[in-house]
Amino acid sequence: MRRRDVLLATVILLLVWQLLAWLLRLEVLPGPAAVGQALAREIPRGLGRHFLVSGWRVVASIAVATLLAVPAGLILGQSARLNRLVSPIVYILHPIPKIVFLPILLLFLGIGDTSKVFMIFLILFFPILVVVRDQAGALRPELIYSVRSLGAGRRALFRFVYLPATVPAALTALRVSIGTAVAVLFFAESFATTSGLGYYIIVESWGRLAYPEMYAGVVAMSALGLLLYVVVDRLERRMAPWMFLRDT
Amino acid sequence: MISVDRITFAYPEQPPVFRDFTWKSAASAAWAVIGPSGCGKSTLLYLIAGLRQPAGGQILVDGQPAPRPRASTGLVLQDYGLLPWATVWDNVALVMHMGRFYRNKHTEGDAPRPYPRSDITSAQIEHWLNRLGIADLKEKYPNQISGGQRQRTAIARSLLQQPNLLLMDEPFSSLDALTREDLQRLTVELRQETGVTTLIVTHNIEEAVYLGQCILVLGRAPNTETRIIANPGAGSPGFRSQPVYAQKCTELRDALAAA
Repeated sequence: MRRRDVLLATVILLLVWQLLAWLLRLEVLPGPAAVGQALAREIPRGLGRHFLVSGWRVVASIAVATLLAVPAGLILGQSARLNRLVSPIVYILHPIPKIVFLPILLLFLGIGDTSKVFMIFLILFFPILVVVRDQAGALRPELIYSVRSLGAGRRALFRFVYLPATVPAALTALRVSIGTAVAVLFFAESFATTSGLGYYIIVESWGRLAYPEMYAGVVAMSALGLLLYVVVDRLERRMAPWMFLRDT
Repeated sequence: MISVDRITFAYPEQPPVFRDFTWKSAASAAWAVIGPSGCGKSTLLYLIAGLRQPAGGQILVDGQPAPRPRASTGLVLQDYGLLPWATVWDNVALVMHMGRFYRNKHTEGDAPRPYPRSDITSAQIEHWLNRLGIADLKEKYPNQISGGQRQRTAIARSLLQQPNLLLMDEPFSSLDALTREDLQRLTVELRQETGVTTLIVTHNIEEAVYLGQCILVLGRAPNTETRIIANPGAGSPGFRSQPVYAQKCTELRDALAAA
């Protein structure tokens, strides 16, 4: 995606928003300018801190999910026997909407960061596990044979074949799941906590009818999702340029 | 160089492909292996490569059994076996990277080290890219180059370790006629330059006669007998236009029909 196009799309969306605000003239729909002012005012007064807290929670979840799901997927992708054993469990757990575990996690892990990080971790873990496993399992035997014939043992196969073959898939899974992760974070932060953008939006602004502030929070949360998406997208292009040859 | 001694091999729940099969090759020989589909010619190659193990009998390469692939045997496959995420340069340099990866790995006893050589340099990679005529493509990815160029990359990668045995499994069968002839000629040249023992599996009679100074003819499984056609003229200049070439093609065609 070109930077110019992204900028243009942002301008169009802002114009539509402004237009709606002018047409509807409602207190609950301030225009982008009012929200921009609220944003500038609120960032030093707590919004910035809430943004960092939420960001930290997502990034920590991504790190834990990647560190656990990639190796697990690599192992399952290589061992048909182990995969036969584990795949029914994954089959059952993967489609469950993980958000329903939130009350249980709160009971077990408390209302602090751990429950939220664990919640998002659960959401990210399965898609990454499944794509890495499938990608590793789908490598053509000829490719493995020819690299083994060059003298590669198991460790070199991991390092030079399985890892580079699956990391891009893991990043794709991550990119696709980040939207859900941020949405769930919003929900998890909207009660039983005192920090994070969800708390800021629901408790600190919506609860006291401070609409421009509420919108500033929504913008901050959107920016968080977008920022993470762009970072993963960039990483994907950097680590797997061969997948994007037709784009260039 | 290669000694296949009374081997038996079968895939799970299938009748044996080889039974009590014996075959030998001298060093620096140029072999072609030909036979109908499913006769076990690729299996023989994988057995010699150490990628499969016989259920009975013994295979020795350079006087040593091959319980796993050894770096001094090169393997070139029909579908090239290139890493799709790596450029031509990186595909060839894979051998160098793996050699460094295993730098500190030592083997016990006098068995040959199975790992890639650790002394390969960028200059050697450059040399082979130039020799195979693909130096200009080194920044390209496999899906940006032609089939012939991919196979040249795979051959460069195999030769980088200075193997003494080069196994090729139908390496040119998915290429167009001109590219195929071009690469067949290159294979002959490279064999003459390096003295590497070559074993090329093919289902193409003309290719077998052009490349194989000895032609091993396999029949329907299980293979028990060793049928060899001597073809000493293969590899000599202008061989394809000599009468003996056509004669050998006919002889091989008859042998295949009888097998």
